[in-house]
Amino acid sequence: MAAMAVALRGLGGRFRWRTQAVAGGVRGAARGAAAGQRDYDLLVVGGGSGGLACAKEAAQLGRKVAVVDYVEPSPQGTRWGLGGTCVNVGCIPKKLMHQAALLGGLIQDAPHYGWEVAQPVLHDWRKMAEAVQNHVKSLNWGHRVQLQDRKVKYFNIKASFVDEHTVCGVAKGGKEILLSADHIIIATGGRPRYPTHIEGALEYGITSDDIFWLKESPGKTLVVGASYVALECAGFLTGIGLDTTIMMRSIPLRGFDQQMSSLVIEHMASHGTRFLRGCAPSRVRRLPDGQLQVTWEDRATGKEDMGTFDTVLWAIGRVPDTRSLNLEKAGVDTSPDTQKILVDSREATSVPHIYAIGDVVEGRPELTPTAIMAGRLLVQRLFGGSSDLMDYDNVPTTVFTPLEYGCVGLSEEEAVARHGQEHVEVYHAHYKPLEFTVAGRDASQCYVKMVCLREPPQLLLGLHFLGPNAGEVTQGFALGIKCGASYAQVMRTVGIHPTCSEEVVKLRISKRSGLDPTVTGC
Amino acid sequence: MERSPPQSPGPGKAGDAPNRRSGHVQGARVLSPPGRRARLSSPGPSRSSEAREELRRRLLGLIERSRVVIFSKSYCPHSTRVKELFSSLGVECNVLELDQVDDGARVQEVLSEITNQKTVPNIFVNKVHVGGCDQTFQAYQSGLLQKLLQEDSAYDYDLIIIGGGSGGLSCAKEAAILGKKVMVLDFVVPSPQGTSWGLGGTCVNVGCIPKKLMHQAALLGQALCDSRKFGWEYNQQVRHNWETMTKAIQNHISSLNWGYRLSLREKAVAYVNSYGEFVEHHKIKATNKKGQETYYTAAQFVIATGERPRYLGIQGDKEYCITSDDLFSLPYCPGKTLVVGASYVALECAGFLAGFGLDVTVMVRSILLRGFDQEMAEKVGSYMEQHGVKFLRKFIPVMVQQLEKGSPGKLKVLAKSSEGTETIEEVYNTVLLAIGRDSCTRKIGLEKIGVKINEKSGKIPVNDVEQTNVPYVYAVGDILEDKPELTPVAIQSGKLLARRLFGASLEKCDYINVPTTVFTPLEYGCCGLSEEKAIEVYKKENLEIYHTLFWPLEWTVAGRENNTCYAKIICNKFDHDRVIGFHILGPNAGEVTQGFAAAMKCGLTKQLLDDTIGIHPTCGEVFTTLEITKSSGLDITQKGCG
Repeated sequence: MAAMAVALRGLGGRFRWRTQAVAGGVRGAARGAAAGQRDYDLLVVGGGSGGLACAKEAAQLGRKVAVVDYVEPSPQGTRWGLGGTCVNVGCIPKKLMHQAALLGGLIQDAPHYGWEVAQPVLHDWRKMAEAVQNHVKSLNWGHRVQLQDRKVKYFNIKASFVDEHTVCGVAKGGKEILLSADHIIIATGGRPRYPTHIEGALEYGITSDDIFWLKESPGKTLVVGASYVALECAGFLTGIGLDTTIMMRSIPLRGFDQQMSSLVIEHMASHGTRFLRGCAPSRVRRLPDGQLQVTWEDRATGKEDMGTFDTVLWAIGRVPDTRSLNLEKAGVDTSPDTQKILVDSREATSVPHIYAIGDVVEGRPELTPTAIMAGRLLVQRLFGGSSDLMDYDNVPTTVFTPLEYGCVGLSEEEAVARHGQEHVEVYHAHYKPLEFTVAGRDASQCYVKMVCLREPPQLLLGLHFLGPNAGEVTQGFALGIKCGASYAQVMRTVGIHPTCSEEVVKLRISKRSGLDPTVTGC
Repeated sequence: MERSPPQSPGPGKAGDAPNRRSGHVQGARVLSPPGRRARLSSPGPSRSSEAREELRRRLLGLIERSRVVIFSKSYCPHSTRVKELFSSLGVECNVLELDQVDDGARVQEVLSEITNQKTVPNIFVNKVHVGGCDQTFQAYQSGLLQKLLQEDSAYDYDLIIIGGGSGGLSCAKEAAILGKKVMVLDFVVPSPQGTSWGLGGTCVNVGCIPKKLMHQAALLGQALCDSRKFGWEYNQQVRHNWETMTKAIQNHISSLNWGYRLSLREKAVAYVNSYGEFVEHHKIKATNKKGQETYYTAAQFVIATGERPRYLGIQGDKEYCITSDDLFSLPYCPGKTLVVGASYVALECAGFLAGFGLDVTVMVRSILLRGFDQEMAEKVGSYMEQHGVKFLRKFIPVMVQQLEKGSPGKLKVLAKSSEGTETIEEVYNTVLLAIGRDSCTRKIGLEKIGVKINEKSGKIPVNDVEQTNVPYVYAVGDILEDKPELTPVAIQSGKLLARRLFGASLEKCDYINVPTTVFTPLEYGCCGLSEEKAIEVYKKENLEIYHTLFWPLEWTVAGRENNTCYAKIICNKFDHDRVIGFHILGPNAGEVTQGFAAAMKCGLTKQLLDDTIGIHPTCGEVFTTLEITKSSGLDITQKGCG
């Protein structure tokens, strides 16, 4: 049956799943009954970026669609509205708080540019948090309106599978709801991981699920982890004037280019973030005055050390939100290691009419725009007669650390691993953003590098940019890589003067040459 | 084979002809510069390209070694005339009869790549490409040929560059790197207000650098307002101090001037702070500040004198008005300012002055940002208007009168309507003229050696290797006719010119799809064609335009206006929806535009934009989700949060 469905879709994808469901022994089988009698053409489980994109796209194509979304409160009790991680506890609030921190830097720049700002300059967390939270709430509302406009049915229920065509959820009043659909897309995303064997971790620690919704300043904060979430949070906390420490067990930004990652860390350290490297926490206790006492071990020396903080933020990774879904009832396979859902290149799970997209899927980049695009393409294949697959290569991204890091394509390590050192040419430069000069800012970590194949025409493999507005700089070049740009083509592009992005089209010095990559003058 | 029509700057095919499609990268095309016909002969691209490279080396070697080389055909009467001319001068020539050698046709092809001349005879004298029969006889009549025939070593320098701006310096440094003896003459004639500056030209001293820094100062004013919304608290009283800012900016510029001198010295380029003008062929007179004159000769010359702001030619303009030459080092705050003109210089200056809280009026004769996309230009203007800049449209000043001296003083400006008879009178502290720029080409003795300029514009016409009508004289930068007036363009063309002259490179400067950004309070970045130009070239029905308004995330919490930032791309429907125009109005427009310009070089299409994943949350990502076409007439306003 599955094979047939695949074959049908392969023929042009216009066929809907019309075979009889195996409904044996299912509670509520009356509703989860035969095709054509099911409640919806498409049921989306999870109202985050990916899920909402799917739902809206399917509705646009004239399908009957429902979305179920439920936010399990964090261990600290934080909860939020429709829109998923990105909107509520991810990209949006973090970029806004990053912006708050950047503005702090700009206030310090301003006197150099003639603005007479009286001291002291203070930051009010409550005011920022309220503004950010209000914006997020307006987005929650916007998402609900959009679903309504497109006639997508929205259920604020926690869903779990009953069978392969049916999910069940409990509504506010305790009433059980059964929803059946021909196609089901799982887009439940992930949630921050808590350490399991550290005393006090769960009771006293918060995560990125909580930080953006704190009413009061977190005060002196220990951020545990070396993920981009850890670095970004520590970056903006430092930027708004809080005493912030990052504790990391091993390397920062695993999976990213390590030279760039080191520079990111170096920049943060020189701007006041404290680092405890090679350390692992072992215990969190609350002191009588309410502060948290953290005990950790220096892994190199085995020495134990201790410190007190107002807040401990765990940013040690994320786990997929699959546990409460009862996936085994539907027969959807997950990875035994990560609990993430296994899918093929068409985003289909082990059950052909059940799909998964976004952060919940094994081996996918955990990024909002990726989830959105994958979702839209999936729905276009399901209902729009398309056969376009999602291309997960060369996905650009940006880490919004105080000095932003944008990248697309391969890291230098990965390029070397794939092509061999002798076939890879890396062009690089240190540069000084014009705005830094008058402001007297240090630009030691402003750096750009382009990883290319060595053989002409030197195809571009990766671009790495560390500096202000890295996201804006990187986006267009991501297109270039998509177009199969060569080093020569990028060099033939005329720069826009004076910008930071022009440094990319001025890259002339290869690492191999051993020449000094420090840019001087204009 | 692909045959491209003669390319006019701007339109033509979007992107380069080679390597346009994704994934198809053909190494052999490297030798075939954009816009030329690709000539791939049978033995397969790489062999053919090696053979061609070898042939090119042979030819360049021949040219290098010979006093006179004539590429000729034995039956060609023009070739015969030239041979006779040289023999009458008693000069021995190296003659290569293309019809009598095996690879004559290929030689002619390679020659045309080197010289941009497809016909014979093709004459080189002491390594200088003189041209064909007519040019050789002209050179003979003007005395140039005789000059060229003199020994190369008779010249003081291999290359003299007149003008030490972005283009001149890049050319000088590159030539020096290639082992040539190079001199740069740079002299800043003080502005009518007496402003003068150091080495580096317009960009560094009175252009890009100070204007972007003042723009940044204005943006910081906005950031200060925003910061309160993001939780920052400090005394409400924030004032801007012009002197502090200007001093800091001028200090930075001085360090750049110094850096340029140093880097010339390091590369052993002779730098002379004197005014250069041609006195005869291959000879220049250099006059320093004290009026002392020195003469220098060189085998080749590059003119890179750039432009200076234009004056109105009305009563009181040179006495009382300032220009961008003066503004950035003005020792006092300009106060209430009238900016005359609607060029990007005018709007940028007006924008940052208003950003400091000054009372600013822009007087515009006709349209804003001529040559730029007019929809974008109007949006730039209306944003400025909403942010306190006053616009006086369709007026031109007729008289400027000083009412009071001072720093600043008071000036009365009388203006009249450009359409009717209406006149207005207003008092300002400062009047800044930004009505255009004139090429510095009329007082450098070009007539003495016969270099043609466009009499009307003063610009210098050059061929596609930046060569003027006088073969040993080249030109780069803002003085070129019909080329973009941009620093990076001048740098690129200066550098490539030096490489072609002295480094046996063939690469020409590509003036197509040059990106640029106007640093108005809301920045405007663009690459490729304006909507008007695209319609003119491709016809409206062949275009699809996608557009949207957008609201930068940072603006939301800051409480700044929605439906103001705008993105637009223009696609050619009959060429795979290739993007031929890219326009963005929003924060960091320059940073956003650069990468897209690189992508346009590689033949960016709408499909590729759609296939590319956005970086969230940025402004740049808006281009990956463009859905609404202009022709659909659908609403592009963002509902915000309803």
